[in-house]
Amino acid sequence: MGEMEQLRKEAESLKDQIIVARKGFADTTLQEAVAGTAVVSRVQLKTRKTLRGHLAKIYAMHWGAGLTQCVSASQDGKLIVWDTLSTNKVNAIPLKSSWVMTCAYAPSGNLVACGGLDNMCSIYNLKGKDGNVKVMRELASHTGYLSCCRFVSDSEIITSSGDCTCILWDIETGTEKTIFAGHLGDCMSLGVAPDFKSFISGACDYTAKHWDIRDGNCTHTLSGHESDVNAIGFFPNGNGILTGSDDATCKLYDLRSDQELITYQDATIMCGVTSLAPSLSGRLLLAGYDDFNVNIWDALKAERVGVLAGHDNRVSCIGVSSDGMACCTGSWDSFLKIWN
Amino acid sequence: MSGNNSIAHARKLVEQLRIEAGIERIKVSKAAADLMQYCELHGRSDPLLVGVPTSENPFKDKKPCSIL
Repeated sequence: MGEMEQLRKEAESLKDQIIVARKGFADTTLQEAVAGTAVVSRVQLKTRKTLRGHLAKIYAMHWGAGLTQCVSASQDGKLIVWDTLSTNKVNAIPLKSSWVMTCAYAPSGNLVACGGLDNMCSIYNLKGKDGNVKVMRELASHTGYLSCCRFVSDSEIITSSGDCTCILWDIETGTEKTIFAGHLGDCMSLGVAPDFKSFISGACDYTAKHWDIRDGNCTHTLSGHESDVNAIGFFPNGNGILTGSDDATCKLYDLRSDQELITYQDATIMCGVTSLAPSLSGRLLLAGYDDFNVNIWDALKAERVGVLAGHDNRVSCIGVSSDGMACCTGSWDSFLKIWN
Repeated sequence: MSGNNSIAHARKLVEQLRIEAGIERIKVSKAAADLMQYCELHGRSDPLLVGVPTSENPFKDKKPCSIL
């Protein structure tokens, strides 16, 4: 037997081992486990603020770690930092490339980042000495579009790209610390764990992967979706992974049991999921869809308990503030809305 | 694709599958119980879940007051 044939057989055997191992730990289902729990009562959120100012589709938004500031990115070529209470624009940052697809706010509040079809991640310092917001670093080495970026700290950021890889960058030196390769399709989204030790990525190979930030290893590959995974996020306990896909469903996977726990789907929902965010306790899953709505799911019972209808075009991004007090939606209609 | 490339690729795949096959797992019943417990513990202070009284809602526009 040639080495190639041997390796092929070993790969098949390992895949079977994983399937068997997962089955072995599937002593029940989440559905059965929560059978005695009541569905949460209907959730009705109202638009409290509308953030007006972008002149084109909004592609991304991210709350700051403080309670009321957020950043948004639009293909009008601007990054806007908002005070959501007053609806004032704290900063309106003109971008070199207007083809922006993602933005991020550093936990410290000092930096924001964005990127898109320029294949780069640009870091901006909001707290520069002379008050002007300038590009601090341009992280360039991806060979495909930047789909998502998330700060680990002021000195490290993780990016996901259409080149099928994710990269951990040293912002100071502008160089790649670790390249996370393994996805077989464009990486669309990423989320950093609450303890900052790992991250997850969703891709056009229909899978979600979990990665150890320090040793660079992919520890879990989670399948089940029947189309691109566009959105991904950690369940607040750090053990669950929430995904949203073009197959019109969201899923909850558990890292420690290494398998899917439940699917959030409804026969009347036939369009792709663009974005998602859990509420503070994780009990609610808010997901944005191509049909201009946000559906609110009881995350344990997998039943729809609310809808946010207020945008006139696709909801492209969603986020829940760090104290759980409000949800922000961004849309192709150029507006952001704050709901609670 | 040259023979060497395919073999290197296949070796990498096997290496990766070994990592994924070798992780520690727990039962779904435990994972589910932990999720439920987390929701139970934090649900009461989850503003979007339990609602926010108007007086404590920083995003709610309050009617302007006049000082007499």
